[in-house]
Amino acid sequence: MTMSNSATLATPIGGLYHRRRIANKVALTLALGAAGFGLFWLVAILWTLLYNGLSAINLSLFTENTPPPGGEGGLLNAIFGSVIMTTVATLVGTPVGVMAGTYLAEFGRNTKLAEVVRFINDVLLSAPSIMVGLFVYEVLVIRMGHFSAWAGAMALAVLVIPVVVRTTEDMLKLVPNSLREAAAALGAPQWKVITMVAYRAARNGMITGVLLAVARISGETAPLLFTALNNQFWSADMNAPMANLPVVIFQYAMSPYEDWRQLAWGGALLITVAILLLNIGARLLAGLGTTRK
Amino acid sequence: MTEIALTLTDAHASTARRARRQRLQDAAFRNATLAFALLVLLILGGVTVSLIDGALPALRTFGFGFVATEVWNPVSEQFGALAPIYGTLVTSLIAMAVGIPVSFGIALFITEMCPAWLKRPLGVAIELLAGIPSIIYGIWGLFVFAPFMQSTIQPFLINTLGQIPGIGNLFMGPPYGIGILTAGLILGIMVLPFITSITRDVFETVPPMVRESAYGLGATTWEVVWNVVLPYTRTGVVGGVMLGLGRALGETMAVTFVIGNAHRISSSIMAPGTTISASIANEFTEAVGDVYTASLVALGLILFLITFTVLSIAKLMLLRLQRKAGV
Repeated sequence: MTMSNSATLATPIGGLYHRRRIANKVALTLALGAAGFGLFWLVAILWTLLYNGLSAINLSLFTENTPPPGGEGGLLNAIFGSVIMTTVATLVGTPVGVMAGTYLAEFGRNTKLAEVVRFINDVLLSAPSIMVGLFVYEVLVIRMGHFSAWAGAMALAVLVIPVVVRTTEDMLKLVPNSLREAAAALGAPQWKVITMVAYRAARNGMITGVLLAVARISGETAPLLFTALNNQFWSADMNAPMANLPVVIFQYAMSPYEDWRQLAWGGALLITVAILLLNIGARLLAGLGTTRK
Repeated sequence: MTEIALTLTDAHASTARRARRQRLQDAAFRNATLAFALLVLLILGGVTVSLIDGALPALRTFGFGFVATEVWNPVSEQFGALAPIYGTLVTSLIAMAVGIPVSFGIALFITEMCPAWLKRPLGVAIELLAGIPSIIYGIWGLFVFAPFMQSTIQPFLINTLGQIPGIGNLFMGPPYGIGILTAGLILGIMVLPFITSITRDVFETVPPMVRESAYGLGATTWEVVWNVVLPYTRTGVVGGVMLGLGRALGETMAVTFVIGNAHRISSSIMAPGTTISASIANEFTEAVGDVYTASLVALGLILFLITFTVLSIAKLMLLRLQRKAGV
């Protein structure tokens, strides 16, 4: 009796169980396939970059300026220009971002204004960078009457600000309030509490934010196309167009000359390696901050 | 006696002076941070105003017809935004069609299936990939992916899907390699890391208790994801997808390399086309004449309106999920 009962029960339950297990298998296999598919392309891109880039890397890449079509040369002026503009942009954008982030975290925590600023900042964070280029073109390039490295650096600075605002605010919010209260109880005025206690406690996280911002702007091409333009020759004049890696890569890759294309691959590999190193550095620094606490 | 009283009042006076000075310093610092916070708003305002200002000559010349005409002729100075708008929307659509299911699969794999030791490295790898600049995707697309499309994928599509009446129109014409489809697929690969990292993050906001009670009732992994995790995180996932869409719509360099920059709307998605950002990147420095430049800025204004809307929706969705998680 019990045996026949369990037998009649077993069939429908077994069927349902079977179906569910098969559905599960199918879905998980698809997920596995999707993961494999996505990672395959991303790895393929990195591999091509490494393969083509490594053969283009040699000493003259770092010691010679960009060549005319068909000539031999390197990327010295472009590397220099990228480093200069990234540095200026970081120096301009970081204080602005830190101050604005301080307002959001310390003074305006629950105000309507802070909520609006936070929202707009997040929109700016993912806004298309080419629009920033257009903005700086309208505001600076037209007024000055010519393309310049200053304009390029300002366009990049506009991209630095939202990243730094976001990380500064997040990191300051992690600083325990008891630290601030302890400092205030000792009679320290609020600006000292913030600059000498809160900043110090959040330092690693804030530096991480700046590194991430540098990583973001060092590969940006679109905002430089019509602000810094490009320059085939060595130039250290901030008031003149300046060569920079991303635009040189763009121009050389689109050209029909084999030498130029080689240089474009070399430049692409340089930028990617620099950005990956910055990202890894930022991550290690952030990790340091959390383990010490 | 009087001396002591005097020093006491002196001390009081100096304390009061110092307190006043500190209050002033505090106010100065507070207002300085407030000014920089307002600067963030000012940047967005500046972008809006300068785009409208720069676009005015074109909008005045062409009126509303600007967004409804396809013609783009620098010689006769006739410009219409329809082709770039079409290209922007279609490439982003293709990107989403590829990007959403694949990044969902990767996120599912990372959160539910992969062994614990692989979780962190995979997550970090995805985030590092999100940092790779778009010009790298562009140069790869031009030299590797477009030739591959031309020699393999496109002939295959033409011979199979292209033969079906109806949707066959989408896959007709010679295999150029570059074009709308190629650009859309590269965008799809590019947005993978963005969507994946957000999807993974919101999947992990599901309280373990909720997940485990579903497993405890005998649900399979797939049932837990589909019936518990996904409904719980729906707004967050949509927010992540919209954020990816915002990226795809505004992406410039990855598209500019492989789109072909042709201002026309073809029935086939394998034909060359253009997007808003690619048109601006390709033509802006070479544009002569006020109307030409203004038309390109007007394209930028349209892009601004589209992405601002999409990104705002994304942000609101993610905020809603945050509030829910906070409760």
